[in-house]
Amino acid sequence: MAATEIARQAGEGARAVPLAGHVGFDSMPDQLVNKSVNHGFCFNILCVGETGLGKSTLMDTLFNTKFEGEPTQHNQPGVQLKSNTYELQESNVRLKLTVVNTVGFGDQINKEDSYKSIVEFIDTQFEAYLQEELKIKRTLHSYHDTRIHACLYFIAPTGHSLKSLDLVTMKKLDSKVNIIPIIAKSDAISKSELTKFKIKITSELVSNGVLIYQFPIDDETVAEINSTMNAHLPFAVVGSTEEVKIGNKMVKARQYPWGTVQVENENHCDFVKLREMLIRVNMEDLREQTHTRHYELYRRCKLEEMGFKDTDPDCKPFSLQETYEAKRNEFMGELQKKEEEMRQMFVQRVKEKEAELKEAEKELHEKFDRLKKLHQDEKKKLEDKKKSLDDELNGFKQKKTAAELLQSQALQAGVSPSAFTSLLLTQQAVFRVMFIRHPNRREQTETGRDYLDLSNEKRAFSCLVRNVLTWFMLPALMNTTQLYWSSLI
Amino acid sequence: MSEVAVPEMMMPPPAMPAAFQVEKPVPGPGMGDFSYVGIDAILEQMRRKAMKQGFELNIMVVGQSGLGKSTLMNTLFKSKVSRKSVQATSQEKIPKTIDIKSVSHDIEEKGVRMKLTVIDTPGFGDQINNENCWQPIMKFINAQYEQYLQEEININRKKRIPDSRVHCCIYFIPPTGHCLRPLDVEFMRRLSKVVNIVPVIAKADTLTLEERDFFKQKIREELRANGIDVYPQKEFDEDAEDRMINDKIREMIPFAVVGSDQEYQVNGRRLLGRKTKWGTIEVENIAHCEFAYLRDLLIRTHMENIKDITSSIHYEVYRVRRLNENNTAIAHANGTGQILS
Repeated sequence: MAATEIARQAGEGARAVPLAGHVGFDSMPDQLVNKSVNHGFCFNILCVGETGLGKSTLMDTLFNTKFEGEPTQHNQPGVQLKSNTYELQESNVRLKLTVVNTVGFGDQINKEDSYKSIVEFIDTQFEAYLQEELKIKRTLHSYHDTRIHACLYFIAPTGHSLKSLDLVTMKKLDSKVNIIPIIAKSDAISKSELTKFKIKITSELVSNGVLIYQFPIDDETVAEINSTMNAHLPFAVVGSTEEVKIGNKMVKARQYPWGTVQVENENHCDFVKLREMLIRVNMEDLREQTHTRHYELYRRCKLEEMGFKDTDPDCKPFSLQETYEAKRNEFMGELQKKEEEMRQMFVQRVKEKEAELKEAEKELHEKFDRLKKLHQDEKKKLEDKKKSLDDELNGFKQKKTAAELLQSQALQAGVSPSAFTSLLLTQQAVFRVMFIRHPNRREQTETGRDYLDLSNEKRAFSCLVRNVLTWFMLPALMNTTQLYWSSLI
Repeated sequence: MSEVAVPEMMMPPPAMPAAFQVEKPVPGPGMGDFSYVGIDAILEQMRRKAMKQGFELNIMVVGQSGLGKSTLMNTLFKSKVSRKSVQATSQEKIPKTIDIKSVSHDIEEKGVRMKLTVIDTPGFGDQINNENCWQPIMKFINAQYEQYLQEEININRKKRIPDSRVHCCIYFIPPTGHCLRPLDVEFMRRLSKVVNIVPVIAKADTLTLEERDFFKQKIREELRANGIDVYPQKEFDEDAEDRMINDKIREMIPFAVVGSDQEYQVNGRRLLGRKTKWGTIEVENIAHCEFAYLRDLLIRTHMENIKDITSSIHYEVYRVRRLNENNTAIAHANGTGQILS
């Protein structure tokens, strides 16, 4: 066994000891890597940029697949964020990639609030992670991390300078996420304009104090390549998923009548640099920065806002817990007070409603009584009428017997009965009509107005007329007949 | 002319996996694969990060005095890592109560740096009345968890919380050849719930092979009868592959080890061993003792797994218990019976 003796600087409180043989813990990185491979990785990219700058195409080109989704419309009312998760696998590495697209960014007339929904989205992801971390029974090991690791900011290729919308948005996002600005559709700019554009952009970013993501240069293995790439920021990219035959190979390119822009040609655009930096060299660093810098900042602000502070070592432990408990009690107290208020209001309303209903009930009772009385009055009236009609009937019966007596007397007297009998017959007929009609009329009045239609009214009227005639004419007739007979005798 | 910036590690063209995959046509001759995305470069990035950060490992050794704990530690890490090397006095005095002594070392091998902490417990099981001798040890382990929890709850917390939690506890069983003593059973039962326990039979050169097998079988039976789950725990096996590997290990525990930090000439090679009148016991020879298996388990294959179980299972159990008991305390103080879930 070869002796590997390396004298090292001692850390705090630790001695450096030389090893006299091969122990074997140099397999630790391998064990770590194996564990990660089994577990899988996740990476979340946020693409911010105006509609039509080629965000979806660039994602397709970067990861060499066709992600689903149609191009978005330009008429969105506000900025929305659409996120899609894909499972990619390359050799034995499984990557859970989430691509978040801003839909409708820069399309509104008033763009003041465009950045707000983006900031809210990022904060929501941090919040979800924080909640999971603060839980008592937590499963951080198998938690699907949705925090945004990299934000690709697409700058429109105007060739002059950054738009104010870009500046404002980037300023708001730089403390929350790693921003990598890229110039989209850069085949619209010529080489010389491009260098000027890049310089202008970097100077504007610096003068406005926007902190974009710098590739790390502290690790010797990648320091060199990272520092050269840092000088090329922002990357000017062209995205394309179509393949064109160049020479004897199929390459991704955009074909114009005046030439072909090859995506993977370093002379044509910086796509290769972007892919290199984003995926092959710094993916892990992006994730780490998100966790240790941006997430910690969010966590600190959030907890301080909630009222917690770090106590000195001699204070009681778990001040976090106790403050939380105190706040919770406060909140519960407030809740209870509100509940009480609501309950009282409810009771009051119920009382009012009850009073109203009682009054209505009383009114109804009164109405009912009134109607009942009316009904009784009517009934009485009808009965009176019936009685009077009965009296009439009796009167007529008497008159009839009197008339018959008269007739017999007339027959005894031997007078030509024809005229008198005809008179008497008519008298009888009239009586009969009256009697026949009477019951009908009685029925009609008893059953009420409903049955009093026009025909009945006519009949009633004719009865009335006949009644009048007989009442008035009959005694007159009888008087005249008596007079006639007496004159005859 | 297409130029591709050559990445540092030229990966060979990968095979076509199923499901939603990154499409890869056959690469052209001579040049790299243009449609290769490079996701698996993240493994290399992780490895770099791990090498830069270094690793931490905290091992506790528990056993009666004279069982060869310090020697075994020195043999495992091939250097003088035990407390005896730091101690000024060469005289071994048995302390009146159990002491907990922890010594840290920085060791490096092939670019991988590790901070190794060896926690020794002189005085364990040495008194006449050994009741509650596990309490100081439990207290120490819980104190480490507490320290980590405090740091984690802090608002301004460090980038990398220093991990002083005990990852693994090696328990030394004296080679009686009969069965486990009540002290052993009690200790292991209590501690297997808070830390990964690896039992070993110390000074195994006093047992013949048959005696050794018989002893091991008795120990395994007794562990099973008392419901003691030592590392590798059956319930934390993740998949069939893990279970297969771990079952093989479970057949062999407890490992019968012999420790030595002196080299002797055997068959023309210099080996670690113990020289006696009737022969030389080679420490790394698996026919002689099972030290090699223990070393492989602890360091070469399962170290990450041990640390993982400590941080995601034992620590979480402690955290849940601690936060819940704090809840009930506060709830009682406030007069309410509400308990946070």
